[in-house]
Amino acid sequence: MQYSLAALLRNALSGNTHWSPAWRDPQPKPSYDTIIIGGGGHGLATAYFLAKEHGITDVAVLEKAYIGSGNVGRNTTIIRSNYLLPGNTPFYEWSLKLWEGLEQDINFNAMVSQRGVLNLFHSDGQRDAFARRGNAMRLNGVDAELLGPNEVRRLHPLLDLDNPRFPVKGGLLQRRGGTVRHDAVAWGYARAADRRGVDIIQNCEVTGLRIESGRIIGVETTRGTIHAKRIGLAVAGNSSRLAAMAGMRLPIESHVLQAFVSEGVKPLIDQVVTFGAAHFYISQSDKGGLVFGGDIDGYNSYAQRGSLPIVEDVMSCALALFPSLGRLRYLRQWGGIMDMSMDGSPIIDRTPIEGLYLNAGWCYGGFKATPASGWCFAHTIATGQPHAFNAAYRLDRFASGHVIDEGGKGAVPNLH
Amino acid sequence: MRLTCPYCGSRGNDEFVYLGSADPVRPSHHDAPAEQWTAYVYERTNPAGAHRELWHHSFGCRSWLIVTRDTRTHEVLKTEPARDAAHTSSEVAVP
Repeated sequence: MQYSLAALLRNALSGNTHWSPAWRDPQPKPSYDTIIIGGGGHGLATAYFLAKEHGITDVAVLEKAYIGSGNVGRNTTIIRSNYLLPGNTPFYEWSLKLWEGLEQDINFNAMVSQRGVLNLFHSDGQRDAFARRGNAMRLNGVDAELLGPNEVRRLHPLLDLDNPRFPVKGGLLQRRGGTVRHDAVAWGYARAADRRGVDIIQNCEVTGLRIESGRIIGVETTRGTIHAKRIGLAVAGNSSRLAAMAGMRLPIESHVLQAFVSEGVKPLIDQVVTFGAAHFYISQSDKGGLVFGGDIDGYNSYAQRGSLPIVEDVMSCALALFPSLGRLRYLRQWGGIMDMSMDGSPIIDRTPIEGLYLNAGWCYGGFKATPASGWCFAHTIATGQPHAFNAAYRLDRFASGHVIDEGGKGAVPNLH
Repeated sequence: MRLTCPYCGSRGNDEFVYLGSADPVRPSHHDAPAEQWTAYVYERTNPAGAHRELWHHSFGCRSWLIVTRDTRTHEVLKTEPARDAAHTSSEVAVP
């Protein structure tokens, strides 16, 4: 169904009882040209771009649960491209450009809101580092503005700028950054891929990979064996488990990251604001709830739930920035499982198994990358070669020393 | 999540600092090939299930511990001093 004003009016007048499902629920065929394992944002975007950009429509997306149940619905919905390093900046800027055209492209309202992302700094040294980052962004054609404390105060009057421990000295603002409704991204890409002929198969968990003489030939699933010439893994959180089925060990640990939503209040914080003195970020959803998060819990986990020390840590960060939030109650909290790679950067590459491709290691930055990740992964699968945008995201960079250490922290997955 | 330190008893996990898997073994400084170092520094088994891992009781007795924990449920299956494990096995790396 094409969404339009006429369709909206017609269905409103008939009591909204005639909307058809946004995508089909097909039985898996015995074989496909290409299978994408993982029906999250990245997997669905990959299938969409395989069909749209490369004309490959004999594609199945296999999802172990239901669309939207994994990390695509477990993040804090932030989009931005404020990266420093050469391997990262063009990729994330391409992603932001795709976000800007997303809704027209897939005919789906994803509530893309370019409200701005403001990274606060709290010391002279940090100002220098942020100025350098902003300059690197501008040299790459990305927008960035360095703000002083008075400009920050005008934008965010509730901020505790004169906090004695962490005074706000200013911020680096990317006005084109913002938020996107994450569920709509999953549904929109699922619908758009389905309309181009992609089979989206839910409740279909992959239990094994079929490999013959170094070449992938299919997958074993809870709904039977499915053959394919090319298979892409887009299962962040579970990448190590799937890779182990192909005999690979990845430079990845799975960690739990929690996020929180407060009760709804009137418009209070109209940008995404991040704390420079600790790991904390906050924005306000269109429903009025404050959405915020912080660090990973810091130990290997596949449990999709975290523990209380991080709750306390995140709340104390919130109060350090915005003391007036002290009376607000938080409504919900949840955990998602992150692929924490050893340099904090992702992997979009071929693997030593012919026909098997890997999209993994997104740490907690995967949501903003969704469109470009799908676009680049589709290019890599369709042509057998990485695109220039993902050329640096190689699987073998850890062995060759070409790591992309945006955080400057070394080979420590629990610090990124 | 709580951990039971063999010296201090049951404590909240905010008293402990996590290092990661206890399985990687530091290669020889003299003759190990680069592949062994890559595996040691970067590659992890990252299992969904029982995981042997190093924790430091930083805000307690400051001992290194080897905790075996189910990563799917956070259930702690076994806790032992890293020193004991090092004495009984030549393959455990103690930082």
